[in-house]
Amino acid sequence: MKEYLKNTWLGIWTVLVGMKITFKHLFTPSVTIQYPDVKVALPDRVRNRLYVNMDDCIGCDQCARACPVECIEIETVKSLPTEDLGKTSNGKKKALWVTTFNIDIAKCCYCQLCVFPCPTECIYMTDSYEFSEYDRNDLVYKFATLTSTEVKEKKANFEEFQAQKEAEKAAAAKAKAEAAAKAKEDAKANDNSKEDKPKE
Amino acid sequence: MYEILTNIFNSEIIAILIAAFLPLFLFILPFALFAVYLERKVSAFMQDRLGPMRTGPYGVLQTVADILKLIQKEDIINKDADKKLFNLAPVLVFAGSYAAFAAIPFTSIYIGTSADIGLFFILAISSLVVAGILMSGWASNNKYSLLGAMRSAAQIISYEIPTALVILSVVMITGTLSLNTMSEIQTAYFWNWTIFGGAEWGIQKILLIPFMIVAFVIFYISSLAEVNRTPFDIPEAESELVAGYHTEYSGMKFAIFFLAEYANMFAVSAIAASIFFGGYQSPFGYFGNLIGLEWLIPLEQLFWFTMKGLFFVFVQMWLRWTLPRLRVDQLMTVCWKYLIPYAFVNLIIIGLISLI
Repeated sequence: MKEYLKNTWLGIWTVLVGMKITFKHLFTPSVTIQYPDVKVALPDRVRNRLYVNMDDCIGCDQCARACPVECIEIETVKSLPTEDLGKTSNGKKKALWVTTFNIDIAKCCYCQLCVFPCPTECIYMTDSYEFSEYDRNDLVYKFATLTSTEVKEKKANFEEFQAQKEAEKAAAAKAKAEAAAKAKEDAKANDNSKEDKPKE
Repeated sequence: MYEILTNIFNSEIIAILIAAFLPLFLFILPFALFAVYLERKVSAFMQDRLGPMRTGPYGVLQTVADILKLIQKEDIINKDADKKLFNLAPVLVFAGSYAAFAAIPFTSIYIGTSADIGLFFILAISSLVVAGILMSGWASNNKYSLLGAMRSAAQIISYEIPTALVILSVVMITGTLSLNTMSEIQTAYFWNWTIFGGAEWGIQKILLIPFMIVAFVIFYISSLAEVNRTPFDIPEAESELVAGYHTEYSGMKFAIFFLAEYANMFAVSAIAASIFFGGYQSPFGYFGNLIGLEWLIPLEQLFWFTMKGLFFVFVQMWLRWTLPRLRVDQLMTVCWKYLIPYAFVNLIIIGLISLI
Protein backbone atom coordinates (compact mmCIF):
# COMPACT_ATOMS: atom_id res chain seq x y z
CA MET A 1 0.00 0.00 0.00
CA LYS A 2 2.82 2.35 0.92
CA GLU A 3 4.60 1.56 -2.32
CA TYR A 4 1.40 2.08 -4.28
CA LEU A 5 0.93 5.58 -2.90
CA LYS A 6 4.61 6.30 -3.43
CA ASN A 7 4.30 5.21 -7.08
CA THR A 8 1.31 7.49 -7.56
CA TRP A 9 3.12 10.40 -6.00
CA LEU A 10 6.26 9.75 -8.06
CA GLY A 11 4.21 9.49 -11.23
CA ILE A 12 2.56 12.85 -10.72
CA TRP A 13 5.67 14.54 -9.36
CA THR A 14 7.97 13.45 -12.22
CA VAL A 15 5.42 14.57 -14.78
CA LEU A 16 5.29 17.99 -13.13
CA VAL A 17 9.09 18.22 -13.08
CA GLY A 18 9.20 17.39 -16.78
CA MET A 19 6.49 19.93 -17.52
CA LYS A 20 8.43 22.58 -15.65
CA ILE A 21 11.49 21.92 -17.81
CA THR A 22 9.56 22.08 -21.08
CA PHE A 23 7.77 25.21 -19.92
CA LYS A 24 11.12 26.88 -19.31
CA HIS A 25 12.20 25.93 -22.81
CA LEU A 26 9.07 27.51 -24.21
CA PHE A 27 10.61 30.88 -23.41
CA THR A 28 14.26 30.24 -24.16
CA PRO A 29 15.26 31.87 -27.45
CA SER A 30 15.55 29.44 -30.31
CA VAL A 31 18.90 28.33 -31.65
CA THR A 32 17.71 28.19 -35.25
CA ILE A 33 19.57 30.26 -37.79
CA GLN A 34 17.32 30.99 -40.77
CA TYR A 35 19.97 30.16 -43.31
CA PRO A 36 19.35 32.04 -46.56
CA ASP A 37 18.40 35.18 -44.64
CA VAL A 38 20.92 34.92 -41.84
CA LYS A 39 24.34 33.38 -42.30
CA VAL A 40 26.78 32.09 -39.77
CA ALA A 41 29.95 34.19 -39.58
CA LEU A 42 32.72 32.16 -41.17
CA PRO A 43 36.16 31.73 -39.57
CA ASP A 44 39.02 33.78 -41.04
CA ARG A 45 40.79 30.93 -42.79
CA VAL A 46 37.81 29.11 -44.33
CA ARG A 47 38.54 26.99 -47.38
CA ASN A 48 35.82 27.36 -49.97
CA ARG A 49 35.71 28.12 -53.68
CA LEU A 50 39.08 28.68 -55.38
CA TYR A 51 39.82 31.90 -57.17
CA VAL A 52 42.70 32.82 -59.46
CA ASN A 53 43.80 36.37 -59.98
CA MET A 54 44.97 36.15 -63.59
CA ASP A 55 46.79 39.49 -63.47
CA ASP A 56 49.36 37.88 -61.22
CA CYS A 57 49.50 34.40 -62.72
CA ILE A 58 52.79 33.55 -64.43
CA GLY A 59 51.57 30.19 -65.68
CA CYS A 60 54.20 28.22 -63.75
CA ASP A 61 51.94 25.14 -63.42
CA GLN A 62 53.00 24.55 -59.80
CA CYS A 63 49.44 24.58 -58.48
CA ALA A 64 48.35 22.00 -61.05
CA ARG A 65 51.21 19.74 -60.02
CA ALA A 66 50.43 20.16 -56.32
CA CYS A 67 46.77 19.27 -56.77
CA PRO A 68 46.09 15.73 -55.45
CA VAL A 69 42.91 15.29 -57.52
CA GLU A 70 44.14 16.99 -60.68
CA CYS A 71 41.32 19.46 -60.92
CA ILE A 72 43.47 22.29 -62.28
CA GLU A 73 44.28 22.33 -65.99
CA ILE A 74 46.81 24.84 -67.29
CA GLU A 75 48.14 25.37 -70.81
CA THR A 76 50.66 28.04 -71.69
CA VAL A 77 52.37 29.49 -74.76
CA LYS A 78 55.72 31.22 -74.62
CA SER A 79 55.69 34.89 -75.45
CA LEU A 80 57.89 36.53 -78.05
CA PRO A 81 60.90 38.47 -76.77
CA THR A 82 59.42 41.58 -78.32
CA GLU A 83 56.16 41.26 -76.36
CA ASP A 84 55.90 42.77 -72.90
CA LEU A 85 53.47 40.91 -70.60
CA GLY A 86 54.01 43.21 -67.64
CA LYS A 87 55.00 42.29 -64.15
CA THR A 88 53.15 40.62 -61.29
CA SER A 89 52.36 42.55 -58.18
CA ASN A 90 55.41 41.15 -56.39
CA GLY A 91 57.75 42.06 -59.20
CA LYS A 92 58.12 38.84 -61.16
CA LYS A 93 58.34 39.20 -64.91
CA LYS A 94 55.68 37.29 -66.80
CA ALA A 95 56.97 35.25 -69.74
CA LEU A 96 54.09 32.96 -70.67
CA TRP A 97 50.70 33.48 -72.18
CA VAL A 98 48.24 31.45 -70.08
CA THR A 99 45.87 30.10 -72.70
CA THR A 100 43.89 27.74 -70.44
CA PHE A 101 43.35 27.87 -66.70
CA ASN A 102 40.40 25.62 -65.77
CA ILE A 103 39.50 24.56 -62.26
CA ASP A 104 36.93 21.79 -61.95
CA ILE A 105 35.38 22.72 -58.60
CA ALA A 106 33.29 19.53 -58.69
CA LYS A 107 36.54 17.58 -58.29
CA CYS A 108 38.16 19.98 -55.84
CA CYS A 109 38.66 18.59 -52.34
CA TYR A 110 39.37 21.98 -50.73
CA CYS A 111 42.74 20.85 -49.38
CA GLN A 112 44.40 24.18 -50.18
CA LEU A 113 47.59 22.41 -51.34
CA CYS A 114 47.56 24.44 -54.55
CA VAL A 115 47.69 27.70 -52.66
CA PHE A 116 51.06 27.26 -50.94
CA PRO A 117 53.40 26.65 -53.91
CA CYS A 118 52.17 29.66 -55.90
CA PRO A 119 55.10 32.04 -56.22
CA THR A 120 52.91 35.10 -56.78
CA GLU A 121 50.08 34.20 -54.40
CA CYS A 122 47.55 34.54 -57.19
CA ILE A 123 45.50 31.40 -56.42
CA TYR A 124 43.60 31.47 -53.16
CA MET A 125 40.43 30.25 -51.44
CA THR A 126 37.50 32.62 -51.04
CA ASP A 127 34.68 32.44 -48.52
CA SER A 128 31.98 31.85 -51.14
CA TYR A 129 30.27 28.50 -50.67
CA GLU A 130 26.96 28.93 -52.50
CA PHE A 131 27.73 27.89 -56.05
CA SER A 132 25.60 24.85 -56.74
CA GLU A 133 24.66 24.20 -60.35
CA TYR A 134 22.19 22.02 -62.18
CA ASP A 135 24.82 20.78 -64.64
CA ARG A 136 28.12 19.40 -63.44
CA ASN A 137 29.95 20.96 -66.40
CA ASP A 138 28.97 24.39 -65.12
CA LEU A 139 31.24 23.78 -62.17
CA VAL A 140 34.34 23.99 -64.40
CA TYR A 141 35.54 27.52 -63.84
CA LYS A 142 37.55 29.08 -66.67
CA PHE A 143 39.93 31.75 -65.48
CA ALA A 144 42.04 32.34 -68.62
CA THR A 145 41.58 35.93 -69.80
CA LEU A 146 42.58 35.44 -73.42
CA THR A 147 39.89 34.97 -76.02
CA SER A 148 40.09 32.01 -78.41
CA THR A 149 41.22 34.18 -81.34
CA GLU A 150 43.92 35.69 -79.17
CA VAL A 151 45.02 32.23 -78.15
CA LYS A 152 45.27 31.20 -81.79
CA GLU A 153 47.21 34.34 -82.58
CA LYS A 154 49.65 33.78 -79.76
CA LYS A 155 50.16 30.17 -80.78
CA ALA A 156 50.73 31.16 -84.40
CA ASN A 157 53.12 33.93 -83.30
CA PHE A 158 55.10 31.53 -81.22
CA GLU A 159 55.24 28.89 -83.95
CA GLU A 160 56.40 31.46 -86.46
CA PHE A 161 58.99 32.69 -84.01
CA GLN A 162 60.03 29.16 -83.34
CA ALA A 163 60.34 28.42 -87.05
CA GLN A 164 62.32 31.60 -87.59
CA LYS A 165 64.58 30.77 -84.71
CA GLU A 166 65.00 27.26 -86.03
CA ALA A 167 65.94 28.63 -89.41
CA GLU A 168 68.38 31.06 -87.84
CA LYS A 169 69.82 28.29 -85.81
CA ALA A 170 70.17 26.12 -88.86
CA ALA A 171 71.82 28.96 -90.73
CA ALA A 172 74.09 29.64 -87.80
CA ALA A 173 75.02 26.00 -87.57
CA LYS A 174 75.77 25.90 -91.26
CA ALA A 175 77.88 29.01 -91.03
CA LYS A 176 79.65 27.56 -88.05
CA ALA A 177 80.29 24.31 -89.87
CA GLU A 178 81.61 26.17 -92.88
CA ALA A 179 83.79 28.31 -90.68
CA ALA A 180 85.12 25.24 -88.94
CA ALA A 181 85.86 23.55 -92.23
CA LYS A 182 87.66 26.63 -93.44
CA ALA A 183 89.69 26.87 -90.29
CA LYS A 184 90.63 23.24 -90.63
CA GLU A 185 91.80 23.78 -94.17
CA ASP A 186 93.79 26.80 -93.09
CA ALA A 187 95.43 24.90 -90.34
CA LYS A 188 96.32 22.10 -92.73
CA ALA A 189 97.87 24.58 -95.08
CA ASN A 190 99.88 26.04 -92.20
CA ASP A 191 101.04 22.60 -91.21
CA ASN A 192 102.12 21.87 -94.72
CA SER A 193 104.09 25.07 -94.95
CA LYS A 194 105.70 24.23 -91.61
CA GLU A 195 106.65 20.87 -92.82
CA ASP A 196 107.96 22.40 -95.94
CA LYS A 197 110.49 24.28 -93.93
CA PRO A 198 113.86 22.63 -94.03
CA LYS A 199 115.32 21.28 -90.83
CA GLU A 200 118.18 23.07 -89.53
CA MET B 1 -30.51 30.39 -31.73
CA TYR B 2 -32.57 27.64 -33.28
CA GLU B 3 -35.77 29.71 -33.09
CA ILE B 4 -34.03 32.68 -34.70
CA LEU B 5 -32.87 30.51 -37.58
CA THR B 6 -36.35 29.04 -38.00
CA ASN B 7 -37.80 32.54 -38.18
CA ILE B 8 -35.22 33.69 -40.71
CA PHE B 9 -35.54 30.77 -43.12
CA ASN B 10 -39.16 29.90 -42.46
CA SER B 11 -38.25 26.24 -42.61
CA GLU B 12 -37.27 23.93 -39.82
CA ILE B 13 -35.15 21.65 -42.00
CA ILE B 14 -32.91 24.45 -43.23
CA ALA B 15 -32.64 25.80 -39.69
CA ILE B 16 -31.64 22.37 -38.39
CA LEU B 17 -29.06 21.92 -41.14
CA ILE B 18 -27.55 25.34 -40.53
CA ALA B 19 -27.51 24.85 -36.79
CA ALA B 20 -25.85 21.49 -37.30
CA PHE B 21 -23.12 22.75 -39.62
CA LEU B 22 -22.47 25.98 -37.75
CA PRO B 23 -19.93 24.61 -35.26
CA LEU B 24 -18.19 22.68 -38.02
CA PHE B 25 -17.53 25.60 -40.33
CA LEU B 26 -17.38 28.38 -37.79
CA PHE B 27 -15.49 26.55 -35.12
CA ILE B 28 -13.93 23.17 -35.78
CA LEU B 29 -12.32 23.87 -39.15
CA PRO B 30 -10.75 27.17 -38.06
CA PHE B 31 -9.82 25.58 -34.77
CA ALA B 32 -8.12 22.62 -36.50
CA LEU B 33 -6.22 25.01 -38.76
CA PHE B 34 -5.12 27.01 -35.75
CA ALA B 35 -4.40 24.01 -33.52
CA VAL B 36 -2.11 22.34 -36.05
CA TYR B 37 -0.17 25.60 -36.31
CA LEU B 38 -0.15 25.94 -32.53
CA GLU B 39 1.06 22.38 -32.12
CA ARG B 40 3.94 22.96 -34.48
CA LYS B 41 4.90 26.20 -32.82
CA VAL B 42 4.59 24.82 -29.29
CA SER B 43 6.66 21.77 -30.15
CA ALA B 44 9.23 23.95 -31.87
CA PHE B 45 9.54 26.40 -28.99
CA MET B 46 9.81 23.59 -26.47
CA GLN B 47 12.70 22.18 -28.47
CA ASP B 48 14.30 25.62 -28.91
CA ARG B 49 13.45 25.72 -32.59
CA LEU B 50 11.39 28.21 -34.57
CA GLY B 51 8.85 25.97 -36.28
CA PRO B 52 7.26 26.99 -39.59
CA MET B 53 8.57 30.41 -40.64
CA ARG B 54 8.44 30.43 -44.44
CA THR B 55 4.76 30.25 -45.41
CA GLY B 56 3.39 33.64 -44.63
CA PRO B 57 4.57 35.83 -41.76
CA TYR B 58 5.81 33.53 -38.98
CA GLY B 59 4.47 30.59 -40.99
CA VAL B 60 0.79 31.27 -40.24
CA LEU B 61 -0.26 29.89 -43.63
CA GLN B 62 1.52 26.57 -43.06
CA THR B 63 -1.64 24.64 -42.24
CA VAL B 64 -3.46 26.14 -45.23
CA ALA B 65 -0.62 24.93 -47.42
CA ASP B 66 -0.84 21.50 -45.78
CA ILE B 67 -4.56 21.29 -46.46
CA LEU B 68 -4.03 22.31 -50.09
CA LYS B 69 -1.40 19.61 -50.40
CA LEU B 70 -3.72 17.00 -48.90
CA ILE B 71 -6.54 17.99 -51.26
CA GLN B 72 -4.29 17.56 -54.28
CA LYS B 73 -3.08 14.12 -53.25
CA GLU B 74 -4.18 10.97 -54.98
CA ASP B 75 -6.81 8.99 -53.12
CA ILE B 76 -5.23 5.58 -52.80
CA ILE B 77 -7.18 2.48 -51.83
CA ASN B 78 -4.92 -0.52 -51.61
CA LYS B 79 -5.76 -3.57 -53.69
CA ASP B 80 -6.68 -5.95 -50.88
CA ALA B 81 -8.58 -3.45 -48.79
CA ASP B 82 -12.18 -3.98 -47.85
CA LYS B 83 -13.36 -1.00 -49.89
CA LYS B 84 -16.72 -0.36 -48.24
CA LEU B 85 -15.38 -0.36 -44.70
CA PHE B 86 -12.26 1.45 -45.79
CA ASN B 87 -14.29 4.36 -47.16
CA LEU B 88 -16.77 4.35 -44.31
CA ALA B 89 -14.23 4.41 -41.47
CA PRO B 90 -13.01 8.05 -41.70
CA VAL B 91 -16.59 9.27 -41.96
CA LEU B 92 -17.59 7.27 -38.89
CA VAL B 93 -14.60 8.49 -36.89
CA PHE B 94 -15.31 12.08 -37.76
CA ALA B 95 -19.05 11.70 -37.19
CA GLY B 96 -18.34 10.26 -33.75
CA SER B 97 -16.13 13.10 -32.70
CA TYR B 98 -18.30 15.76 -34.29
CA ALA B 99 -21.47 14.45 -32.69
CA ALA B 100 -19.96 15.17 -29.28
CA PHE B 101 -20.12 18.87 -30.14
CA ALA B 102 -23.90 18.69 -30.23
CA ALA B 103 -24.09 18.61 -26.44
CA ILE B 104 -21.34 21.12 -25.73
CA PRO B 105 -22.60 24.60 -24.82
CA PHE B 106 -20.54 27.21 -26.63
CA THR B 107 -22.50 30.10 -25.12
CA SER B 108 -25.68 30.37 -23.12
CA ILE B 109 -27.61 30.90 -26.37
CA TYR B 110 -25.90 28.38 -28.62
CA ILE B 111 -26.02 24.68 -27.89
CA GLY B 112 -26.62 21.97 -30.49
CA THR B 113 -29.09 20.05 -28.42
CA SER B 114 -30.35 21.05 -25.00
CA ALA B 115 -30.98 17.41 -24.14
CA ASP B 116 -30.88 16.76 -20.39
CA ILE B 117 -28.53 13.80 -20.81
CA GLY B 118 -25.77 15.73 -22.59
CA LEU B 119 -22.86 14.15 -20.75
CA PHE B 120 -24.27 10.66 -21.16
CA PHE B 121 -24.74 11.35 -24.86
CA ILE B 122 -21.13 12.46 -25.19
CA LEU B 123 -19.83 9.38 -23.40
CA ALA B 124 -21.95 7.14 -25.59
CA ILE B 125 -21.31 8.80 -28.92
CA SER B 126 -17.55 9.09 -28.43
CA SER B 127 -17.44 5.30 -28.14
CA LEU B 128 -18.55 5.19 -31.76
CA VAL B 129 -15.06 6.37 -32.65
CA VAL B 130 -13.74 2.97 -31.56
CA ALA B 131 -15.90 1.28 -34.17
CA GLY B 132 -14.54 3.61 -36.85
CA ILE B 133 -10.96 3.04 -35.81
CA LEU B 134 -11.38 -0.74 -35.70
CA MET B 135 -13.01 -0.57 -39.13
CA SER B 136 -10.15 1.38 -40.62
CA GLY B 137 -7.61 -0.99 -39.08
CA TRP B 138 -9.40 -4.08 -40.32
CA ALA B 139 -10.26 -2.77 -43.78
CA SER B 140 -6.74 -1.56 -44.50
CA ASN B 141 -5.54 -5.20 -44.58
CA ASN B 142 -2.26 -4.11 -43.08
CA LYS B 143 -0.75 -5.51 -39.91
CA TYR B 144 0.35 -2.13 -38.60
CA SER B 145 -3.13 -0.74 -39.09
CA LEU B 146 -4.76 -3.68 -37.41
CA LEU B 147 -2.35 -3.58 -34.46
CA GLY B 148 -2.95 0.14 -34.07
CA ALA B 149 -6.70 -0.28 -34.25
CA MET B 150 -6.70 -3.08 -31.68
CA ARG B 151 -4.53 -1.09 -29.31
CA SER B 152 -6.80 1.89 -29.79
CA ALA B 153 -9.91 -0.13 -29.04
CA ALA B 154 -8.37 -1.63 -25.91
CA GLN B 155 -7.19 1.76 -24.76
CA ILE B 156 -10.38 3.73 -25.39
CA ILE B 157 -12.61 1.11 -23.81
CA SER B 158 -10.36 0.88 -20.73
CA TYR B 159 -10.12 4.59 -20.20
CA GLU B 160 -13.82 5.15 -20.51
CA ILE B 161 -14.24 3.60 -17.05
CA PRO B 162 -12.31 6.22 -15.04
CA THR B 163 -13.86 8.97 -17.19
CA ALA B 164 -17.34 7.70 -16.46
CA LEU B 165 -16.58 7.33 -12.73
CA VAL B 166 -15.29 10.89 -12.49
CA ILE B 167 -18.25 12.25 -14.41
CA LEU B 168 -20.49 10.30 -12.08
CA SER B 169 -18.92 11.92 -9.03
CA VAL B 170 -19.37 15.38 -10.55
CA VAL B 171 -22.94 14.57 -11.45
CA MET B 172 -23.58 13.63 -7.81
CA ILE B 173 -22.60 17.16 -6.77
CA THR B 174 -24.35 19.10 -9.52
CA GLY B 175 -27.36 16.80 -9.86
CA THR B 176 -27.58 17.21 -13.61
CA LEU B 177 -26.24 15.52 -16.75
CA SER B 178 -26.79 18.54 -18.98
CA LEU B 179 -23.62 20.49 -19.65
CA ASN B 180 -25.69 23.60 -20.19
CA THR B 181 -27.24 23.43 -16.72
CA MET B 182 -23.85 22.53 -15.27
CA SER B 183 -22.35 25.68 -16.80
CA GLU B 184 -25.24 27.78 -15.53
CA ILE B 185 -24.71 26.54 -11.97
CA GLN B 186 -21.07 27.63 -11.96
CA THR B 187 -21.96 31.22 -12.73
CA ALA B 188 -20.42 34.58 -11.92
CA TYR B 189 -16.96 34.11 -10.42
CA PHE B 190 -14.25 31.48 -10.52
CA TRP B 191 -14.72 30.37 -6.92
CA ASN B 192 -18.07 28.99 -7.99
CA TRP B 193 -16.44 26.51 -10.37
CA THR B 194 -16.94 22.84 -9.63
CA ILE B 195 -13.24 22.32 -9.14
CA PHE B 196 -13.53 24.74 -6.20
CA GLY B 197 -16.48 22.84 -4.79
CA GLY B 198 -19.41 24.39 -6.63
CA ALA B 199 -21.48 27.47 -6.03
CA GLU B 200 -22.88 26.69 -2.58
CA TRP B 201 -20.97 28.01 0.36
CA GLY B 202 -20.33 25.90 3.45
CA ILE B 203 -18.15 23.19 4.93
CA GLN B 204 -19.08 20.94 2.02
CA LYS B 205 -17.39 23.25 -0.48
CA ILE B 206 -14.12 23.32 1.43
CA LEU B 207 -14.09 19.55 1.92
CA LEU B 208 -14.77 18.99 -1.77
CA ILE B 209 -11.87 21.01 -3.17
CA PRO B 210 -9.03 18.39 -2.86
CA PHE B 211 -11.25 15.59 -4.14
CA MET B 212 -12.42 17.68 -7.06
CA ILE B 213 -8.81 18.36 -7.99
CA VAL B 214 -8.12 14.60 -7.91
CA ALA B 215 -11.21 14.05 -10.01
CA PHE B 216 -10.03 16.62 -12.53
CA VAL B 217 -6.56 15.06 -12.81
CA ILE B 218 -8.08 11.61 -13.36
CA PHE B 219 -10.50 13.00 -15.93
CA TYR B 220 -7.76 14.84 -17.76
CA ILE B 221 -5.44 11.84 -17.91
CA SER B 222 -8.14 9.48 -19.12
CA SER B 223 -9.42 11.99 -21.66
CA LEU B 224 -5.89 12.28 -23.01
CA ALA B 225 -5.91 8.52 -23.49
CA GLU B 226 -9.32 8.63 -25.13
CA VAL B 227 -8.17 11.02 -27.84
CA ASN B 228 -4.96 9.03 -28.44
CA ARG B 229 -2.59 11.80 -27.54
CA THR B 230 0.96 11.33 -26.29
CA PRO B 231 1.87 9.86 -23.79
CA PHE B 232 -1.02 7.55 -24.65
CA ASP B 233 -0.58 7.56 -28.43
CA ILE B 234 0.25 3.88 -28.79
CA PRO B 235 -2.46 3.35 -31.48
CA GLU B 236 -0.58 5.62 -33.88
CA ALA B 237 2.90 5.24 -32.42
CA GLU B 238 4.89 6.33 -35.44
CA SER B 239 8.12 4.72 -34.27
CA GLU B 240 6.50 1.31 -33.82
CA LEU B 241 3.45 1.16 -36.06
CA VAL B 242 4.25 3.58 -38.93
CA ALA B 243 1.03 5.55 -38.39
CA GLY B 244 -1.23 3.00 -36.74
CA TYR B 245 -4.74 2.75 -38.09
CA HIS B 246 -4.34 5.50 -40.69
CA THR B 247 -1.22 4.07 -42.31
CA GLU B 248 -3.03 3.19 -45.54
CA TYR B 249 -5.03 6.39 -45.86
CA SER B 250 -4.01 9.25 -48.10
CA GLY B 251 -5.30 12.60 -49.21
CA MET B 252 -8.64 13.77 -47.92
CA LYS B 253 -9.42 10.60 -45.98
CA PHE B 254 -6.27 11.07 -43.98
CA ALA B 255 -7.20 14.72 -43.55
CA ILE B 256 -10.56 13.68 -42.12
CA PHE B 257 -8.83 11.45 -39.56
CA PHE B 258 -6.60 14.34 -38.71
CA LEU B 259 -9.53 16.72 -38.39
CA ALA B 260 -11.33 14.20 -36.18
CA GLU B 261 -8.30 13.99 -33.92
CA TYR B 262 -8.14 17.75 -33.48
CA ALA B 263 -11.90 18.04 -33.08
CA ASN B 264 -11.66 15.37 -30.38
CA MET B 265 -8.88 17.25 -28.66
CA PHE B 266 -11.05 20.31 -28.40
CA ALA B 267 -14.10 18.29 -27.44
CA VAL B 268 -12.47 16.72 -24.39
CA SER B 269 -10.89 20.03 -23.43
CA ALA B 270 -14.29 21.69 -23.72
CA ILE B 271 -15.90 18.98 -21.58
CA ALA B 272 -13.17 19.39 -18.94
CA ALA B 273 -13.76 23.14 -19.01
CA SER B 274 -17.55 22.72 -18.84
CA ILE B 275 -17.51 20.24 -15.98
CA PHE B 276 -14.77 21.65 -13.79
CA PHE B 277 -13.98 25.17 -14.90
CA GLY B 278 -17.28 26.92 -15.32
CA GLY B 279 -17.91 26.23 -19.02
CA TYR B 280 -18.66 29.42 -20.87
CA GLN B 281 -18.91 31.47 -17.69
CA SER B 282 -16.48 34.31 -17.23
CA PRO B 283 -14.26 33.97 -14.16
CA PHE B 284 -14.46 37.67 -13.32
CA GLY B 285 -18.05 38.62 -14.10
CA TYR B 286 -19.27 40.08 -17.37
CA PHE B 287 -18.14 43.28 -18.99
CA GLY B 288 -21.49 43.42 -20.79
CA ASN B 289 -23.35 43.57 -17.45
CA LEU B 290 -21.03 46.31 -16.26
CA ILE B 291 -21.73 48.69 -19.12
CA GLY B 292 -25.27 47.50 -19.73
CA LEU B 293 -24.85 45.88 -23.14
CA GLU B 294 -26.85 42.65 -23.03
CA TRP B 295 -25.80 41.44 -26.51
CA LEU B 296 -22.12 41.50 -25.52
CA ILE B 297 -22.57 38.71 -22.97
CA PRO B 298 -22.83 35.77 -25.43
CA LEU B 299 -19.74 37.00 -27.26
CA GLU B 300 -17.86 37.19 -23.98
CA GLN B 301 -19.07 33.73 -23.15
CA LEU B 302 -17.82 32.42 -26.49
CA PHE B 303 -14.49 34.09 -25.82
CA TRP B 304 -14.11 32.54 -22.37
CA PHE B 305 -15.24 29.15 -23.60
CA THR B 306 -12.73 29.20 -26.44
CA MET B 307 -9.97 30.40 -24.15
CA LYS B 308 -10.59 27.65 -21.60
CA GLY B 309 -10.77 25.02 -24.35
CA LEU B 310 -7.60 26.33 -25.96
CA PHE B 311 -5.81 26.35 -22.65
CA PHE B 312 -6.50 22.67 -22.11
CA VAL B 313 -5.55 21.93 -25.71
CA PHE B 314 -2.30 23.72 -24.99
CA VAL B 315 -1.75 21.59 -21.88
CA GLN B 316 -2.32 18.50 -24.03
CA MET B 317 0.39 19.70 -26.40
CA TRP B 318 2.62 20.60 -23.47
CA LEU B 319 2.28 17.06 -22.13
CA ARG B 320 2.84 15.63 -25.57
CA TRP B 321 6.20 17.32 -25.96
CA THR B 322 7.22 16.52 -22.39
CA LEU B 323 6.48 12.85 -21.88
CA PRO B 324 7.63 9.79 -23.80
CA ARG B 325 5.12 7.23 -24.98
CA LEU B 326 3.92 4.56 -22.55
CA ARG B 327 4.30 0.87 -23.26
CA VAL B 328 1.10 -1.12 -23.76
CA ASP B 329 1.39 -2.83 -20.38
CA GLN B 330 2.20 0.46 -18.65
CA LEU B 331 -0.83 2.01 -20.30
CA MET B 332 -3.08 -0.71 -18.93
CA THR B 333 -1.38 -0.49 -15.53
CA VAL B 334 -2.04 3.24 -15.31
CA CYS B 335 -5.68 2.70 -16.14
CA TRP B 336 -6.65 -0.44 -14.23
CA LYS B 337 -4.29 -0.30 -11.27
CA TYR B 338 -4.19 3.42 -10.59
CA LEU B 339 -6.87 5.54 -12.22
CA ILE B 340 -9.84 3.23 -11.62
CA PRO B 341 -9.16 2.58 -7.89
CA TYR B 342 -8.52 6.27 -7.28
CA ALA B 343 -11.62 7.21 -9.21
CA PHE B 344 -13.66 4.72 -7.17
CA VAL B 345 -12.36 5.96 -3.83
CA ASN B 346 -12.87 9.50 -4.97
CA LEU B 347 -16.43 8.70 -6.02
CA ILE B 348 -17.22 7.21 -2.62
CA ILE B 349 -15.69 10.13 -0.69
CA ILE B 350 -17.48 12.72 -2.80
CA GLY B 351 -20.68 10.77 -2.30
CA LEU B 352 -20.16 10.84 1.47
CA ILE B 353 -19.38 14.56 1.45
CA SER B 354 -22.48 15.34 -0.57
CA LEU B 355 -24.53 13.63 2.16
CA ILE B 356 -23.39 16.15 4.77
